[in-house]
Amino acid sequence: MHLLTLLGEYISMAWHALKAHKLRSVLTTLGIFIGVTTIITIFTTIQGLNEYVIGQLSNIGSSTVYVEKFPWVIQGDFWKFRNRKEVTWNEYEKLVEFSKEADFIAPQVFSMKVVKYKNEKYDRVFVMGTNEQYKDTDNVNPEEGRFFTELDIQRNHPVCVLGPELANNLFKNENPMGKRITIGDRKYRVVGILEKKGTMFGQSWDNYAIVPIGTFRRVFGGHRGLRIAMNVKDVSRLEYLKDETKGLLRRIRKIAPQDEDDFAINQQDQLTELYRQLTGVLYMIVFVIGSMSLVVGGIGIMNIMLVSVTERTKEIGIRKAIGAKRKNILSQFLIESIAIASVGGFLGVAFGFAGGNLVLSQMDLSTGVSMQSILIGFGFSTFVGIVAGFYPAWKGAKMNPIDSLHFE
Amino acid sequence: MLIEIKDIKKIYKLGEVEVPALNGVNLDIDKNEYIAIMGPSGSGKSTMMNIIGCLDVPTEGSYFLNNKDVSKLSDDELATIRNKEIGFVFQTFNLLPRADALHNVELPMIYSGKSRTIRRSMAENALERVGLSDRIHHKPNELSGGQRQRVAIARALVNNPSIILADEPTGNLDSKTGEEIMEVFEQLHNAGNTIILITHEEYIANHSNRTVRLLDGLIQDDKKN
Repeated sequence: MHLLTLLGEYISMAWHALKAHKLRSVLTTLGIFIGVTTIITIFTTIQGLNEYVIGQLSNIGSSTVYVEKFPWVIQGDFWKFRNRKEVTWNEYEKLVEFSKEADFIAPQVFSMKVVKYKNEKYDRVFVMGTNEQYKDTDNVNPEEGRFFTELDIQRNHPVCVLGPELANNLFKNENPMGKRITIGDRKYRVVGILEKKGTMFGQSWDNYAIVPIGTFRRVFGGHRGLRIAMNVKDVSRLEYLKDETKGLLRRIRKIAPQDEDDFAINQQDQLTELYRQLTGVLYMIVFVIGSMSLVVGGIGIMNIMLVSVTERTKEIGIRKAIGAKRKNILSQFLIESIAIASVGGFLGVAFGFAGGNLVLSQMDLSTGVSMQSILIGFGFSTFVGIVAGFYPAWKGAKMNPIDSLHFE
Repeated sequence: MLIEIKDIKKIYKLGEVEVPALNGVNLDIDKNEYIAIMGPSGSGKSTMMNIIGCLDVPTEGSYFLNNKDVSKLSDDELATIRNKEIGFVFQTFNLLPRADALHNVELPMIYSGKSRTIRRSMAENALERVGLSDRIHHKPNELSGGQRQRVAIARALVNNPSIILADEPTGNLDSKTGEEIMEVFEQLHNAGNTIILITHEEYIANHSNRTVRLLDGLIQDDKKN
């Protein structure tokens, strides 16, 4: 009770002291304001980006790895990777034969082809050849119709499954199911349309056609490099799958123990990790810049608090004469210092959110206010208030009551 | 006995030089006395007031206030004693300029931890006793000198202290207002308060019932009026 009474009193004293020197208080808190605004603006922006990027990356299943020629994140000499061998059909068959960890394996091969239906014609449509297990490795579901069956794959049926965007483009007012479209120079029957996946980094994931891989290889050539998607049902087995696959491929390719892999086993993690590294660096930079302006702001506050304590020497004397202890005076000035810093912190948080969300809305990303940033903003400013105010407050607290009463 | 001062010495050190301010003072003061401490500048009367007021401690000797030895207390312990036992009235009023009369009077109770409602009613009561009920929300610069000193007296008596210690309370007032203030002290004395006046003016000291004269850090004279 006593403490609360005092705290209320200190806050009201601080408020009156700040009000008595409005301009001075505002100028003093400017450093903190700028520091906190910077930090919160960039934090808010990064967090908005995070939500977007992580959301986008989750389109790539986390329990699937992709065996490819190139790694997704290239570090070092690009030419080293260029000279690698393509992943071959033979290697795919060997992996199917020997892999015990993989629950689903889908070989994938791509090309850009002309796609036609009646008068609708699109050049350079993304066409993929794969098997029936693609549904599981890449987590796609037919919205209408069905995905490939094992029989489609074994017999190389001339069928196709379309992404919803391509289906809409080709079939303006018709039901696509069962219709025959032309891919390249052959006809394929539409057996299914996939669910919408949306865009990833501005690129549509819905504008493509899928045909059985055998058909693809026979029609468009079997020499193309593959990508092999391998999936485990139980995510905790993913590392075993990676190890096994690596071992198998090294044996298949007869890589000597001292030599590096000449293939890449890619997974979503790599991209997430890369993104985290990038934003980690960004966070550090913001933290450093923000901290510097907070230090400058803190020096300003300390300076003004020293002035304030000296100016109010007589007040300190009066308070001590009528019974204020050291801790009372210390708390009074410390709270005043925290109050100055907090005003800057509060405005900084408000402007930071406004700024960050403005950036996000300009980028068409979803805006938001995070509790974390609010805590960081207020935490920082309070901390600066305490550190900057402590010495001046202590100086006031240990003043001698007799001398300070006679100070003019 | 309210105050028992035994053989008090106070020596200030200015670098290497030792300057004695009190050279062995003995003084007893009873409850409900009205006593004036007089003396010219340099007589040690300010030092005397600082020690009686627990703003300072003696170099030697002992000071019992309400049978408690207060001559060897720390800063913070002295602050507590000042808060509970002593009400100061200064020549220059020493009010907080930004606070209104009510808040100034509430101040000692803030440090003794009284709740807002109790503070408010006690402060209003004290201001009523000094005749300022109609000025409670005025700030010091909106009050006359006499009114300011009344606020200071209200502040001094609000925590119900053992001693009201007044240091030249009329020094900054014209003689008519000064007389009015002395009347307030008279009333407080009649109501049972113990009052110690520090002054160098005979006509002010004459209001008291006992006059102690200091010279060169010693009591020269102590007699009932």
